[in-house]
Amino acid sequence: MADRHLYPDSPELRARWGNFAWTEANAAKAKEVVARYPEGRQRSAVMPLLDLAQRQVGAETNTQGWLPIPVMEFIAAYLDMPVIRVVEVATFYTMYNLIPVGRFHVQVCGTTPCMLRGSDDLISACKKRGMPTGGVSQDGLWTFTEVECMGNCASAPMVQINDDNYEDLTAERLDAVLDALARGETPKAGTQEPGRHTVEPSGALSNLTAMVSENHDYRGEW
Amino acid sequence: MPKVKVDGVELEVPAGATVLQACELAGKEIPRFCYHERLSIAGNCRMCLVEVKPGPPKPQASCALPASEGQEIRTDSEMVKKAREGVMEFLLINHPLDCPICDQGGECDLQDQSVAYGRGSSRYHEHKRAVTEKYMGPLIKTVMTRCIHCTRCVRFSEEIAGVDEIGALYRGEATQISTYLEKAAKHEMSANVIDLCPVGALTSRPYAFEARPWELKKTLSIDVSDAIGANIRVDARGREVLRILPRINDDVNEEWISDKGRYMADGLGKRRLDRPYIRLDGKLVPVSWAEALAAVAKIAPGNSVAAVAGDMVDAETMFAAKKLVNALGGSLLEGRQTGLAYDCSNLAAVNFNTTLNGIETADAILIVGSHIRWEAPLLNARLRKAVKRGAKVFVIGPKWDTTFPAEFLGEDADILNLLPAHVWAALNGAARPALIIGGAALAKGALEVGLSIAEQLKLVRTLDDGTVWNGFNVLHMAASRMASLMLGYAQKGGIADLVAAKPKMLLSLGADEVDYTKFADSMIVYVGHHGDKGAHAADVILPAAAFTEKSGTYVNTEGRVQIADQAVFAPGEAREDWTILRAMADALGVNVGFDSFDELRAAMTAAVPALGVEGLADYGALPTGVTGKAAGTIAYPIKDFYLTNPVARASETLQRCSAELLHGAEPQAEAAE
Amino acid sequence: MALQDKDRIFTNLYGYQSWSLDAARARGDWDNTKALLERGQDAIIQEIKDSGLRGRGGAGFPTGMKWSFMPKESRDGRPSFLVINADESEPGSCKDREIIRHDPHKLIEGALVAGFAMRARAAYIYIRGEYIREAETLQAAVNEAYAAGLVGKNASGSGYDFDVFVHRGAGAYICGEETAMIESIEGKKGQPRLKPPFPAGAGLYGCPTTVNNVESIAVAPTILRRGASWFSSFGRENNKGTKLFQISGHVNKPCVVEEEMSIPFSELIEKHCGGIRGGKDNLLAVIPGGSSVPLVPAEQIWDAPMDFDGLRAVGSGLGTAAVIVMDKSTDIVRAISRLSYFYKHESCGQCTPCREGTGWMWRVMERLREGDASVDEIDMLWNVTKQVEGHTICALGDAAAWPIQGLIRHFRPEIERRIAEKGAMREAAE
Ligand SMILES: Cc1cc2nc3c(=O)[nH]c(=O)nc-3n(C[C@H](O)[C@H](O)[C@H](O)COP(=O)(O)O)c2cc1C
Ligand code: SF4
Ligand code: FES
Repeated sequence: MADRHLYPDSPELRARWGNFAWTEANAAKAKEVVARYPEGRQRSAVMPLLDLAQRQVGAETNTQGWLPIPVMEFIAAYLDMPVIRVVEVATFYTMYNLIPVGRFHVQVCGTTPCMLRGSDDLISACKKRGMPTGGVSQDGLWTFTEVECMGNCASAPMVQINDDNYEDLTAERLDAVLDALARGETPKAGTQEPGRHTVEPSGALSNLTAMVSENHDYRGEW
Repeated sequence: MPKVKVDGVELEVPAGATVLQACELAGKEIPRFCYHERLSIAGNCRMCLVEVKPGPPKPQASCALPASEGQEIRTDSEMVKKAREGVMEFLLINHPLDCPICDQGGECDLQDQSVAYGRGSSRYHEHKRAVTEKYMGPLIKTVMTRCIHCTRCVRFSEEIAGVDEIGALYRGEATQISTYLEKAAKHEMSANVIDLCPVGALTSRPYAFEARPWELKKTLSIDVSDAIGANIRVDARGREVLRILPRINDDVNEEWISDKGRYMADGLGKRRLDRPYIRLDGKLVPVSWAEALAAVAKIAPGNSVAAVAGDMVDAETMFAAKKLVNALGGSLLEGRQTGLAYDCSNLAAVNFNTTLNGIETADAILIVGSHIRWEAPLLNARLRKAVKRGAKVFVIGPKWDTTFPAEFLGEDADILNLLPAHVWAALNGAARPALIIGGAALAKGALEVGLSIAEQLKLVRTLDDGTVWNGFNVLHMAASRMASLMLGYAQKGGIADLVAAKPKMLLSLGADEVDYTKFADSMIVYVGHHGDKGAHAADVILPAAAFTEKSGTYVNTEGRVQIADQAVFAPGEAREDWTILRAMADALGVNVGFDSFDELRAAMTAAVPALGVEGLADYGALPTGVTGKAAGTIAYPIKDFYLTNPVARASETLQRCSAELLHGAEPQAEAAE
Repeated sequence: MALQDKDRIFTNLYGYQSWSLDAARARGDWDNTKALLERGQDAIIQEIKDSGLRGRGGAGFPTGMKWSFMPKESRDGRPSFLVINADESEPGSCKDREIIRHDPHKLIEGALVAGFAMRARAAYIYIRGEYIREAETLQAAVNEAYAAGLVGKNASGSGYDFDVFVHRGAGAYICGEETAMIESIEGKKGQPRLKPPFPAGAGLYGCPTTVNNVESIAVAPTILRRGASWFSSFGRENNKGTKLFQISGHVNKPCVVEEEMSIPFSELIEKHCGGIRGGKDNLLAVIPGGSSVPLVPAEQIWDAPMDFDGLRAVGSGLGTAAVIVMDKSTDIVRAISRLSYFYKHESCGQCTPCREGTGWMWRVMERLREGDASVDEIDMLWNVTKQVEGHTICALGDAAAWPIQGLIRHFRPEIERRIAEKGAMREAAE
């Protein structure tokens, strides 16, 4: 929910990011992305390329990544479009981090379906661990953001941390995930409800039981 | 032509009209903030809602809805009234109540419409939003809390100026209008957003807190900062011109003016020659008018006299000076101060024949030796429109930052002699091809080649619809140029002929770009208004009127005759130019044949009838059988867009633009308010 | 009679089995797709029309009819496009995610079939940015389909060239609106366009475009295989077929489940969700179609058929069939206020009533939650919602207004109670 703002431009920022260029692997990816759109419509690639750039910054800083102004300028030049249009896009979409974030960006969904199932507790748990909103914790590990519905409502409440979702959480389950991450482990993503697979009704299945144990082909029963 | 009903009255509207336009045709005023005739339709303010049947049972944005056969439109129903009140209330909840200290006060669309559609009192009890200020350069003052997000400014810079530099950042109620990194708006027409902004978010920085609109006397005039002749309105209080605004003229400037034309106003009160001077022992000393005229009489030039006209003088002044020179027995007249000497025997050959409006429809354009953005910013906006419609543009000359796709062919004028095959093919294959020759190309002998190309490519032709297309154009930079050529201010050898003649007296009509060292043997009488180059070289200075201080006729680069009115009086002892020339005639003991301005004008139009008819002058057909060769590296004459004339050079605002926008000086912080 | 497993389209909904091409094929996907295409464009569109399929993205527009709006021949050589709406950001909605991560080949095959039927040269699948792993799966499935020659040049051996591209969003609910989605694919902010022109005339890159929800597209191949009459044998008149329901909130077992259209609310909840938390009597209210539709109080929802008309009859709508259940422990004002916050957060900011109105409504809602208001402010808020509704460029304005209207309509006494309580406390304090 943090107020979004652009990171101020400064000589230091320019010194650090002014020479931003694709890594070899990302250069290939960028090319592939641009090729998805018709001739002359390369501007369509601005969103995927901002994401790619943010990830590259993330890899270089060992965080989730963010978008310094010189990096936006790089994208503008790469796609031959006005910088102001890139900045418009970067400031419009919430997944572009406009200021530096921590190693783990903990995004707790606070919208009503999650709220009904206890997202308040998750938010308090994060606060209790000293995670700042719109900033990075002392140890460089955490940035907290309350986000809007993430489309995991049938396994609510949930949190997205960098690229993975953790669902069916309680404060304790969240703590366990965060502790594991802090230890450098990779906790199992998805539902944290014991015995639940994805979004089926937990416990005894109400439908599609044949699918559990084999890749059942129902066509014979049509 | 669909028939629609507006509030029960049936009328026919042009095909392609919007519902908003249909309502206006029916005499119904539709309130709007985002809609603007010359910009793309945004439909975002929602103020223009009307009821339309058939259609969904909710009000429709009339600015964006095409009018179609059988529509029943209501602008006066309860639904419409409620909708407008609602939108008005939303616009006001986060708008500051600072009208008393807002420069838009008195000419604010929001203020006006809130009177018409607003609720008496506010029902909004939450905190009002505050938006941080955004720096937009020396010309535009921003108070972004007042912004209503109509995006006119964004659309103007993207669509008209072609310099994408303003955007709407963030989203929702946090949306903010800003330039990129809050850098100054950087193009030659940037201040037009001030006029476009319907509220007080973007106002004129130099004019901040100067005056209220109702205190101002408004005079119709013509911009003299370039050869386009933009139609302007001069707003003055007492003797002081406080601001210059564009007037609508679809044939000339649409409704824009260049930043230079607008902010030259600031230079009108600075560095003025407000009393006569004569040179004594090498120094200019102030004298009385009688002493100054006596000094002129003392020169006693006989017929050894010549006159050179500056870039901003009106036809009347030039005609009066011509009469004076002729009365003395002389005939040396020149207006091309910097040495150009192209052939002027056929004025059609040195005119912008396609017209400013016409060039929008050209489909292939070759520009030779013109930095259009700096020499004629308003023409540049037209070229951009042509390109948007599909025109191909080629340029011979050093690269400049075009606001449209264009191919630069090289800097050597020689390229024109044998155009690259693809350029030739593009021009040859075009339905409405055009050639634009700028001053820098005229200097390299491009006129003759240009004319032979015009003949070979049939740049003059009858189009399928029966209209005549003339694609041959010369683009001038001086507001005085076409009138000066019509009045014969053109020697075969240009100003060199004057130099060679070593006249005893050189009459300088506000000519500030002349190399006066070449006239070391002449007595120089300077009739002008600013203490610039001409005054520094003068032996006698006779203080005259700037363009806002006299009536006058101007002819723009397309041969359009236009008349400007006097807005204010010249300062101090300065006089209108024609009275000075009349007094000189007395001092020199000759008769020029007029005693009043009306007599002068009558004599002028008797001599050159075209100058008496407002509108496009007819210069006849292009010459045929002309041949020649262009040679040399093209170099544009303008080194600094903002400082091309003495008024502009005196303007602190334009000096600041030059320093900050062209020479990278630090932005000046706003004075504390 | 409830839906049987053999009649479920999304048999791998829960992801017990692999999403990959081989597994999908074993379940019946990509089974002689060429033959489906050989029926011809008009026959495909007719079959979809006959099936009664209505758009699954929320508005319920008949899908076959929508496809038929696309030009049969290209004017001036412009291609046509299919855009598949996988933005799924409406609070409560979480079904497209399951299709994408567990049954992506149904979607890709559907893209080919639908794209072919509307003579499109390519499909862009716009997937919300937050579906990161889902987008990875989808891209991998698309790659599989290309490698197997199912899409791309001579797709599935049909002689028809058809590309499928994945375009990821980056966090903006508004991009679910079809014209905002098109803007977003073009590399701009997701701000809805004015209509007309409609996308079928001038959409993506100015070309004829149809935007369809993931589920609408993914069910198409099965409908063609099993026939329109099979699909239309489910549900009531005008509300045909099977449908993915997403039940969240205060039920014992929240889940996503494919059911027959028009299934009564009670049956849906009892059969698949283990009932209301604390029992039927503990039910307070239900938002039956995702955050944009008004809530329905317990007594009215219980027997309501879960379909377009059934929910309209109780003053709400089917929307995306995202059923948000609230029991009596719910702070109902807060539940709706949180949705108001959502709409304020997601307003694109383009048009006045939405940009200014969503913030205003949320701020008043927050005060109502605390009782920190006067009773006539309830009427004022109602009035403000009416000032937003119907006055905006896109339907987000309506979506922001309706939940509040539903709350005031059904829970006004509760709001007044809070105001009175707060007033009494204030008096006591003085
Ligand atoms: C604010 C807003 C958000 C929307 N979000 C979605 C969405 O996430 N997914 C979706 O399929 N449709 C969404 N829609 C509806 C689409 O505009 C469009 O109607 C739908 O994708 C059409 O697909 P269908 O005909 O298959 O239902 C949204 C509409 C609005 C106004
Ligand atoms: S600054 Fe003025 S012109 Fe620009 S969006 Fe705001 S109100 Fe409109
Ligand atoms: S409300 Fe949290 S995932 Fe939907």
